[in-house]
Amino acid sequence: MADFAVGLAEVGTIEHDVVHVHEHEHEHHEPTGILKWLTSTDHKVIGLSYTITSLVMFVIGGFLAELIRIQLVSPNGTFVSFAEYNQLFTMHGSLMIYLFAGPFAFGGIANIVVPLQVGAPDMAFPRLNALSYWLYLSGSITMLLGFIVAGGAADFGWVGYAPLSNAIYSPGAGADLWIAALLLTGFSAIFTGVNLCATIFYLRAPGMTMFRMPIFTWNMLATGILILLAFPVLTAGLIMLYCDRHFGTHIFTVPGGGVPILWQHIFWFWGHPEVYILALPFFGIVTEVIAVFSKKPVFGYKGMVFATITIAALSLGVWAHHMFTTGTVLLPFFSIMSLLIAVPTGIKIFNWIGTMWGGHVHFTTAMLFAVGFVVTFLIGGLTGIYLASPPLDFFTHDTYFVVAHFHSVVLALVMGGMAGLYYWGPKITGYLLDERLGKIQFWTFFIGANLMVMPQYVLGLEGMPRRVATYIPNPEWATLNRWATVGAVIMGISTIFFLFNVVYSWKRYPAGDNPWDAQTLEWFTSSPPPHHNYYALPPIRSERPTWDYHHPDAKSLAHGDHSPHGELHGEAPPEAFA
Amino acid sequence: MTVEAPGAGALCRDHDDVVIDTGDDLKCRPLHTVDYSRCVLQPSRRTDDAGRVTRSPRRWGVALLALAPFALSGCGLSNFGAYPGATKTGRSTFHLWQGFTIGAIVIGGMTLALIVYASLRYRVKRHDADAVPRQTQYHLPMEITYTVVPIIIVFVLFAFTVVVENEVTALPAVAASNTIGVEAEQWGWTFSYPGFTIAGQTTSAPEMVMPEGENVKIVLTSADVVHGFYIKQFNFSRYALPGIINQFTFNAQQTGTFFGQCTQLCGVYHSLMWFRVKVVSAHDYGLWLASQQTRAARIAASAAGETIQEQNGAGVPIRPDYGGGTS
Repeated sequence: MADFAVGLAEVGTIEHDVVHVHEHEHEHHEPTGILKWLTSTDHKVIGLSYTITSLVMFVIGGFLAELIRIQLVSPNGTFVSFAEYNQLFTMHGSLMIYLFAGPFAFGGIANIVVPLQVGAPDMAFPRLNALSYWLYLSGSITMLLGFIVAGGAADFGWVGYAPLSNAIYSPGAGADLWIAALLLTGFSAIFTGVNLCATIFYLRAPGMTMFRMPIFTWNMLATGILILLAFPVLTAGLIMLYCDRHFGTHIFTVPGGGVPILWQHIFWFWGHPEVYILALPFFGIVTEVIAVFSKKPVFGYKGMVFATITIAALSLGVWAHHMFTTGTVLLPFFSIMSLLIAVPTGIKIFNWIGTMWGGHVHFTTAMLFAVGFVVTFLIGGLTGIYLASPPLDFFTHDTYFVVAHFHSVVLALVMGGMAGLYYWGPKITGYLLDERLGKIQFWTFFIGANLMVMPQYVLGLEGMPRRVATYIPNPEWATLNRWATVGAVIMGISTIFFLFNVVYSWKRYPAGDNPWDAQTLEWFTSSPPPHHNYYALPPIRSERPTWDYHHPDAKSLAHGDHSPHGELHGEAPPEAFA
Repeated sequence: MTVEAPGAGALCRDHDDVVIDTGDDLKCRPLHTVDYSRCVLQPSRRTDDAGRVTRSPRRWGVALLALAPFALSGCGLSNFGAYPGATKTGRSTFHLWQGFTIGAIVIGGMTLALIVYASLRYRVKRHDADAVPRQTQYHLPMEITYTVVPIIIVFVLFAFTVVVENEVTALPAVAASNTIGVEAEQWGWTFSYPGFTIAGQTTSAPEMVMPEGENVKIVLTSADVVHGFYIKQFNFSRYALPGIINQFTFNAQQTGTFFGQCTQLCGVYHSLMWFRVKVVSAHDYGLWLASQQTRAARIAASAAGETIQEQNGAGVPIRPDYGGGTS
């Protein structure tokens, strides 16, 4: 890898403005088949492993969600027992948050895309990257093993509030496996964070200054920094919890002089940055997709970068808004910090609209998912503002209103993830996914997601608490819960369309290097890219090197520049525009 | 019929069973065979000035944001799906909710309209690589506008939040007779009054009695894990935390029985950790308090005490006099 970096600077030749890198293919004796997947340190192979594993977790987590929704179809559902129900929602949340959303974004998509976007041959530490994946896979298996031990899986919610999660109230091995799994995936995330930061800071191609990085890369830099700040805290907290369970410490238990609420502080000090560790990558994906399919540069690029940094910074000071009802936190401080996050998030939404404004908007599946993301995220964002206000949080906390709020957000993120798969999938596999099936998948998912959350908002306002296996036999609640279940089933069907699409489109539609007329560097190389990513690089003079190369007379316009295409050597606008 | 805690009173051999009190007999039943529709808690009632029961004005449909503007057009402001609140602070919270919702509808509606407009107006059907739109990237005045305006909105929301928050969390001085200790445990509640306690597990839903129109201080804690003390019609909840005492004040504005429930996951029977809050007139409250205190004193005087007390270990002997409140 180091040789490559030298090679880029010294051995390269320049032909028609394109830097040709003389890479010696014969030096790479990559194993093939199963051995390749087991031993590779190539970020693309690891990224793909991550993507596939996390999608498996998504499917399992979604299946658990369907079981939860079946239980809630009637007020005194008997589909599962109370104890089983607690395991179901704990594992649903844990799988989706710890094993799907994060690893999918920063281990899967970002692992593949970031080195390509900055013109690097690989991640900065390829072996550490491989270790990340194997820790993540071990952690995932460890967590799922909970289902087969006596006493079942962890059943104290994905937040594992002490003292419910200690050895007295949750004595089973499932809880220990849950802790062990989070330790493994926690280290995996930290290593990925190290890799992302190091790669973005040190392995950018010549010409790729910080303010020429694509928004996705910027967001992954912010995510990487947040991972490094947040995950060690969770890992430390889990070790404390494990000590409480097995080594006789009393960190979170009152009888030994401990403080249970300390767990909540530690957990949410990780947990709230984690919300943005999950969200920022998907913001990045959607930004790229909207720009490409509007055939315009990202509107307000620098504002977008500052919005990302502001979100990351504020996210470190809002953890206690999950604890408003504990009566132990300074309400006004955490309230204003949380409310302020609405500002940079709002800027992003307006920038997405601004990117589409006046563009040529092509509604491919990826673009549909991106717009679906913006709409659903808008709803989740607005309801989040209520929860940032302590008095309103008092009456909605731990009700279905909160469940609906964060499902609006995370289901929007899933749409963002799907946009990423349809958009970048062809780059990594070389083949496009079927657009018709994709659109069916989008509409079923979009309708299902909103059909599920809307009744849940109402249920929350009417006082239905979360994490209940049975609820008071109010016929209205039963009706609302049934609609939510219908929504969940429609989303399940949508996921089947997706899986079918992957099988159906297998090697069916060759993509070519740049099927979307995209803008960023990764679309300059072949699909899939060669072993060390690039044989040639275009000159990088803006955040859209590939676009600049293919559309030399359509540069981004500065503010106040009203020429149709921007001035380039005083040329007249091409005929296509007239 | 009443349903007791799973395994309560050591009457049932199987700890997953619950005791069913059919009025003249106690039976054990597996939990899942219990027909909850037969032990419905009395739906909380709203009464008009004459004391007649009126139907709650909330309608879930109005929470759908799309319909909200129509709801606004009426002479009164819509509830937007929430309860108007049965306490003073609950009502303030409810008004804050209304204000936030109007803001959310205006801003969200505007943004949604922009998204839909941009999607439809700038949509092109055929992919033509040569056609390139104007490559506008910045418009500073607009960017500054949509940065500054949200900041102003946020501070307005924050100002209203602080006003209501200070009201909700205020702790005015309260008479000892109006101070109620609440202790949560897996999976029941103990309400302590001067001289006596009321306790109950799961669906027996112990009843906390409080006066109307007077400040009542709640002193909340937990005996084991974290619980949530939530009364939906008071628009309020607070964690019951082990080792920490939380205090807050209610001032009920209407009589009636309100449903309460644990909202923070606390173990297997979290779903059934119910309680009731009965608001009576200040006069009735005084009478009730006196009668309960006399009764507690009488029980304490009978030297051996009630054996049930030992059996349950949580001091459950006194059942609140429902006074025909349960249907």
